[in-house]
Order: sequence, then C-alpha cells, then structure tokens
Amino acid sequence: MSVSHPALRLIDVHRTHGGGEAAVHALRGVSLEVFPGELVAVMGPSGSGKSTLLNVAGGLDRPTSGQVVIGDTDLTSLDARALAKLRRRRVGFVFQDYNLIPSLTAAENVALPLELDGERARPARRRAREALGLMGLMELADRYPDAMSGGQQQRVAIARALVGTRRLVMADEPTGALDSHTGEEVLRVLRQRCDEGASGLLVTHEARYAGWADRVVFLRDGVVVDSTGSDRPEQLLHAAR
Amino acid sequence: MSVKFGLLALLATEPMYGAQLRSEFEARTGGTWPLNVGQVYTTLGRLERDGLVESVGEPDEEGRIAYRLTDSGEATIRTWWTAPVDRSETPRDELVIKLALAVTVPGVHVAHVVQVQRAATVRHLRDLTRLKAQAPPGSDARHEHAWRLVLENHIFAAEAEVRWLDHVEADLARSSSRARPVPAGERPGRDSVPSRSPQSI
Repeated sequence: MSVSHPALRLIDVHRTHGGGEAAVHALRGVSLEVFPGELVAVMGPSGSGKSTLLNVAGGLDRPTSGQVVIGDTDLTSLDARALAKLRRRRVGFVFQDYNLIPSLTAAENVALPLELDGERARPARRRAREALGLMGLMELADRYPDAMSGGQQQRVAIARALVGTRRLVMADEPTGALDSHTGEEVLRVLRQRCDEGASGLLVTHEARYAGWADRVVFLRDGVVVDSTGSDRPEQLLHAAR
Repeated sequence: MSVKFGLLALLATEPMYGAQLRSEFEARTGGTWPLNVGQVYTTLGRLERDGLVESVGEPDEEGRIAYRLTDSGEATIRTWWTAPVDRSETPRDELVIKLALAVTVPGVHVAHVVQVQRAATVRHLRDLTRLKAQAPPGSDARHEHAWRLVLENHIFAAEAEVRWLDHVEADLARSSSRARPVPAGERPGRDSVPSRSPQSI
C-alpha cells in the first residue's frame, strides 16, 4: 500500500472562546489527519467541540494555537484574503440546512464557488453541469432549491462542495433534517465521492451515519478521547469480505 | 428464534426436501442463521411426530423425502404470522452484565470499558455498513431485500448500543461531577458557530 500525503492535518489545535474566568475551551489539543479517499466521522455530545473542530479544520475559524494544514499549506500562516482564496479552491462545506442560494438554480449554485474564484459564468456553469452529471443529478440542474426535496438539495450541496479543484469536504450534520432513507442516500454520495479520491470530515451524532466513515473520532470537552483506529479503506474492504 | 417456525413458513409455500429447506432458510435470512442439515432433519422429525408436517410420497432415487404442511401445520403457521414475538424473556447480554458488574466491582475503570466497547461497536457498525453498500453476490431481488433487512436490523441494534454507551458515559460523568466539582474554567461550553459568509459553501 502506498503511503499518501494527508489532505488535512490538525496538529495540537486549541480553540478558546473569550478569556479569563469566562473562557470556554472548545478544543484542547486536537490532532488528527485525513487522507485522500478517507471519510472521517467526528462524534460527541452537544458542546464537545465537534462544530468548532469542523470550522477550524475548514478555515472558517482560526485556532488559538496549533496548526491546521491543508495539503502543504499551513492555514495559520495565511492572511484573511489568502485563507478565503484557499477555501474557495480547496474546501467545501455541507450544512444541515443545505445552504443553497434560493434565487439560483442547482447548476448556478454549484458554479458559484468557481465564479467567486474569478471563473467566467459560462465555463463555470458548464463545469457545474458536468459535476452534477457525474453524480447523476443532471435532471436537477435547472431547478431552484424550493423545487427540490431535502435529499436532492443536499446532494447538490455535496456537488458544490467538491466542484472544480475542491477535494476536501466538511459536512456538519448533513443528515440532520432528513429521514432515515434520504439521509443514507446522502451518505452514500459522500462515501462515493471519497472513494473517488476526495477527503471528508463528517460531524454527526448518529452512529448509523458514522458507520459510512472509515474512521470515527470521539470528542469530549474538546479532547479526542477515542478513535476507531486507522484502518484504511483498502484494509476495510478486505475485512468486510 | 425457533427453527421450527422458519421451516413451517417455508413449507407453506411448497413441499421441500431437508437440504432445500436449509438453503432456502439461509438465503431468505441473509445467511444470518446458518443451519446444518442435521438440525433441519431433527426438527422435521419433531414436526412430523407432532402432526404439523407429513412426507410426500416415497423417497426419490437419491433417497430424499419431501415434506409438506398438514392442516394443523397450516393453522400453526397462521397463528405465528398474526401473533407478536414474545419479548418478555429478555436475552442475557454479556455487555449489559459486564457494565452492571463494572460499576459495582472496585478497581474497574468503567469509562475505559465504555470507550473500548464503543469503538468496537462503531467498527462493527462500519463493517455492516460496508457490507450493505455492496449487493450480495448472485442473489435475486427478493433475497437481496431480505438480506438488507437483516443487515439493517444489526445496524440499528449497533446504533442503539452506541447510544446506550453514550448514555452510560454521560451518567458516569454526572455522578463523578457531583462527587468532585469541576473548576469554572474547565467547564465545557457550547460549540461556537461562526456566522456564514458566501465563502462558507
């Protein structure tokens, strides 16, 4: 098995909100790696730091100390502008409430990160349609979010999270608003994209969905208390046979 | 689960030989409950003794005897379909007994027992999910449906176990915090969710 370079590394990451007596230590020395092709789930009770971890890992929030490295880039060394550019090109987010822009069609939503990054509308939309087509969602391309089911919107959100050069997806309770079957379909799509080489960090409080991940990290009070180990997908497939 | 009702349910569809009953039972239950042929013939013997099945004609050239339901057998299987499965006898679960003992036996690190088990159960859940994502080899749509249904039962059971372990862990944390107050600065806070910009898509 070849040793690949991690797509994401967190090294001794701390995140403290506020200071003094009122300081809240949301993350206290978290280290983890996500490799290409890997989907890693983060589980833990409310207030354990799951969402903070996801926001810090995706460059939406900055750590108080420690390093966040995406590919070869240490996010802590970037100014706000460079960080925003890196997010546009490398990291996509998927939220519980889909977060699609209601006045844009599915294809326009998927094209948005490319357009924000300076690509002209026409080629951006062509690539967005290709991305939707690859995921079997072409029939949704011209629909607006209010004409799509929750599961369809979430699959479009995954297409948007991984459009263009983006290969890292941060999914925060992506199944939270979906029924059991639809939630599973969304996880199946996320799994498929990771099997094709993307990397994902998935926050969920439902073990059934964490079961789609290669590895599960358990957070308590901002600390990783446990992990299911580092079986890589190749080993796992072997084990499942 | 009694093999008896499984065999009666299969014989209600058509007369079958012992080996055929065994392979049909395994195919329709996703291979979860492997049976050996001896078990099948012993059960058929008891069912015949109790007047629930009867042999059909003479043994064929390979010495196999097909069985079919009697009227009494048909009535028994009809009752089985309409009555609920008895849940009043809770099966013994080693994990439940282990944790019940862990919280009472001095010197056991209960939180560690919970963590080790939860990681193992989540790994099991992951393996089940991977199996579910692959279609079973060489099976028809009806058998695939049965196979998926059985796997999903295991998935939901594993998820329930993880939830129960979370509950046990939270309960332990509550009891220990009652015994030893946590300093204010160490209290866990709510996750901070920064406001979303158009960049956060």
